[in-house]
Amino acid sequence: MAEQARYLKPLPHLDEENRPWWEALKRHELYLQQCRDCSAMRYYPRALCPECLSPHTDWILSNGRGKIYTFTVTYQNTAAGFREFLPYVLAYVELDEGCRMLTNIVDCAPEQVTIGLPVAVVFDDVTSEITLAKFRPAP
Amino acid sequence: MSLAGKVAIAGAYEHPTRFAPNKTMFQLMAESARGALDDAGLTINDVDGLCTTGVGMGWMGILGFCDYLNLTPNYVDSTAIGGSSFVAHTAHAAAAIAAGLCETVLIVYGSTAASQRFAIGTGGVAGGGEPCDQYELPFGPTTVGSYAMIAQRHMYDYGTTPEQLAEVAVVARQHAAMNPAAKYREPITVGDVLASRMVSSPLHLLDCCMISDGGGAVVVTSAERARDLKKKPVYLLGAGEAVRHTARGMRDFLDIAAAQSGRLAFERAGVSHSDIDLAMVYDSFTITVIVTLENLGFCQRGEGGAFIGGGRIRYDGGLPLNTDGGGLSSNHPGMRGMFLLIEAARQLRGEAGQRQVRECEVALVHGTGGNLGTRHSGATLILSNQAG
Repeated sequence: MAEQARYLKPLPHLDEENRPWWEALKRHELYLQQCRDCSAMRYYPRALCPECLSPHTDWILSNGRGKIYTFTVTYQNTAAGFREFLPYVLAYVELDEGCRMLTNIVDCAPEQVTIGLPVAVVFDDVTSEITLAKFRPAP
Repeated sequence: MSLAGKVAIAGAYEHPTRFAPNKTMFQLMAESARGALDDAGLTINDVDGLCTTGVGMGWMGILGFCDYLNLTPNYVDSTAIGGSSFVAHTAHAAAAIAAGLCETVLIVYGSTAASQRFAIGTGGVAGGGEPCDQYELPFGPTTVGSYAMIAQRHMYDYGTTPEQLAEVAVVARQHAAMNPAAKYREPITVGDVLASRMVSSPLHLLDCCMISDGGGAVVVTSAERARDLKKKPVYLLGAGEAVRHTARGMRDFLDIAAAQSGRLAFERAGVSHSDIDLAMVYDSFTITVIVTLENLGFCQRGEGGAFIGGGRIRYDGGLPLNTDGGGLSSNHPGMRGMFLLIEAARQLRGEAGQRQVRECEVALVHGTGGNLGTRHSGATLILSNQAG
């Protein structure tokens, strides 16, 4: 509980549908899903393929690399957990595997962030239960 | 079955308040309902259909408002898809009327967002319970941030400039100066917009709509009945609605719901872009107008920044837009689609005073609801003072 009190940002709610994905993140592995029947890739994880409703899913381990599709430097957010850390960079990263995921760009000055910038995943263990996939400029 | 010309807006009323700390949301809604019914020459007893979002009213919200006004309608619709909701309600009401489910529908809105100091755009994003929320909320999205990411990508792909975005705000303020009810009426320049503080790059404070209190209502009825009422009918010629979202991680974020809803509305109305005398387009942020006009087909994708320049969107330009001052300068209590409808009705009736668009016969209304950078709805209507 003490840890929860320190970490004020929203945490994801784990359920039977998404738990394997979050448990993989905790092991510092980022996965996408691919439909075994129609081959459609998807992010975020779901039990069924939204294209063909197939329940047959392959889990694809991402190489954790991609580039910035778009971003914004957030200077104002009154919500607890964010107002203490302004400014921060909110971005969509397009992974090498094709999916675009919402995330934060970290470990660099906001002025360095540009669309198209190559980035690599950073696993941020925000609590003992939850790890978030953030990104930083690729070396 | 075509709806064209079968149903009309018979009454419209914009609550004059912009700050109402002494009133409740339901009171603003009821006062707005009274205004719209007065405008139509109808009474509350004529209402047999009700549309409102239910947002902010608690579980099963529309029932609480029926209770408040002692209404027992034959038709209710609390479609809640954000700021476009009331635009979509108009189409839903028209379909219900044309199908004989009801005859006269009250569409009503009220909000005390400003007096309750509700941070609509910069207080984080509501929700948390849906699957998609688990992959977004931990990273601190805001409403303005969602639109800012659209602006950033638009600038990257097409060279759209901060000055072009600012022009939308400048024209909105010019229009507000001619609207006595508008909240902000002092002229601003492109330089003022660029000098205002950055809220979420590349959007400055003056690229963002305000937060106000407010309310409004429209009354929709059959064209036949509308012709016997107090005001000149505003006919519905065509409507469309659409949804866009993250598309399993594959979304083209500059393709927005307006592309689909606009195409449907134009096809169903049987009019073309050159027929449009007035565009009322949701201006949550300056970028919203530019990307919406592109997706509605008024210009090619990427050309929106140039398109809105040169006075084109002024009330006396080639495509008059948001002549009341919009959410950028007139009012924005959270879900502004209602006021797009009301200003379109005023213009089509010739009631817009100093900012009246000359020979205004056909208006396009487009509401956007939600966040362009994650999930949003679009609802388009084509309205006219001629039945078709």
